[in-house]
Amino acid sequence: MWKWLHPYANPEVSYHLTNRLLPWLSAFSAIFLSIGLVWALLFAPADYQQGHSFRIFYIHVPAASLSMGIYVSMAIAAFSSLVWQLKLADASAAAMAPVGAAFTAIALITGAAWGKPMWGTWWIWDARLTSELILLFLYLGVIALHNAFEDKNLAGKAAGILTLVGVVNIPIIKYSVEWWNTLHQGSTVSKLGKPSMSLDMLWPFIFCFIGFSFLVALIICLRFRNEILARNSIRPWVRELVKKHNS
Amino acid sequence: MNPRRKKRLAIVGSILIGIGAVAGLVLYALSQNIDLFFTPSEITQGKKETGLKPSLGQRIRIGGLVVPGTVKRDPESLKVSFKLSDMTMPIVFKDSDPMVTVYYEGILPDLFREGQGIVANGTLAEHPPTGLSIEASEVLAKHDENYMPAELAEAAGQKHDKATYSEKQLESKKANSY
Repeated sequence: MWKWLHPYANPEVSYHLTNRLLPWLSAFSAIFLSIGLVWALLFAPADYQQGHSFRIFYIHVPAASLSMGIYVSMAIAAFSSLVWQLKLADASAAAMAPVGAAFTAIALITGAAWGKPMWGTWWIWDARLTSELILLFLYLGVIALHNAFEDKNLAGKAAGILTLVGVVNIPIIKYSVEWWNTLHQGSTVSKLGKPSMSLDMLWPFIFCFIGFSFLVALIICLRFRNEILARNSIRPWVRELVKKHNS
Repeated sequence: MNPRRKKRLAIVGSILIGIGAVAGLVLYALSQNIDLFFTPSEITQGKKETGLKPSLGQRIRIGGLVVPGTVKRDPESLKVSFKLSDMTMPIVFKDSDPMVTVYYEGILPDLFREGQGIVANGTLAEHPPTGLSIEASEVLAKHDENYMPAELAEAAGQKHDKATYSEKQLESKKANSY
């Protein structure tokens, strides 16, 4: 059943796969982001209470849900690296961590910028905001562990264990607004049934969300490629590549 | 799967289950403390599961909906008072609902409206005519998850004007703070 995945455990095959993926990912993220952001920031109607301030929603919500999504994929990579000892899974987890940390930071900063005029405060220690801040610290811990050891396998193992421990935080972030009473509002878009948003505000969001997802995939792909090259720098196929590039 | 992988899978799996269980228990034990605020009914009748009730003079946060028609603003200063009731769906305000009055002096956040969710931070006190009240030092607006364009909101009969302040009211703020 897993036969078709096996060739990609080879770094060289994976490297060429990223090369084939990159143009598609850049094209899709450019198309969706430019349509989505222009639509969202210029043409979507203003909210009846918040006016134009609500437009930060189009960056805040994709960033926040991607910060959780990246963590889950990092945890899957860490899990397969710990059980099947796939070196490439470590490389991909190392590639994902800084991207996830950046998106978590974007979610926190845009949220604070919105919270000041709307709620009346930059920050409040409610369950949603606190658990998202913990997610940022988990990412920073994972990045630190990946860089703390000379031996990349050992670093991957340590970071992988931290990643798996931190998975507990993901359902807490997601359901914090339902389990406890918080200042942060409940989710607008991911509600089953109908989202609590009118359609002319929802469509630009869908474009932005798909665009940011492709952007994340693109950045991770670029970083993953670099990780593969850095970790295999003594292999003949990498030397071959460098020689070809220089000549 | 070979035996070594099976063993690693078992170890990783049991770590995950163990941590999940620990986190679940901790959160269950702390569930009362993770709540950001008390609701008006929890202040008057105590929490549902534990019966825990805040005492007079205690510094607490209260969260609820501003009852329409209860917002009283002093024309000379920034003093304002309003009643809060529980946030329950569907939103209907009845006189029999448990209510707590909030007294506050200062500028209200942009989203403050009648019928809007509010979180106020202050000390619990008892004022004989109105019952339990909060003397608030901070009022935050809680936004709900609904977004709509102004035309739709007007069609649905939603009021959306924010509070405005006269020169005189703002003067009193300056006089107090300097």
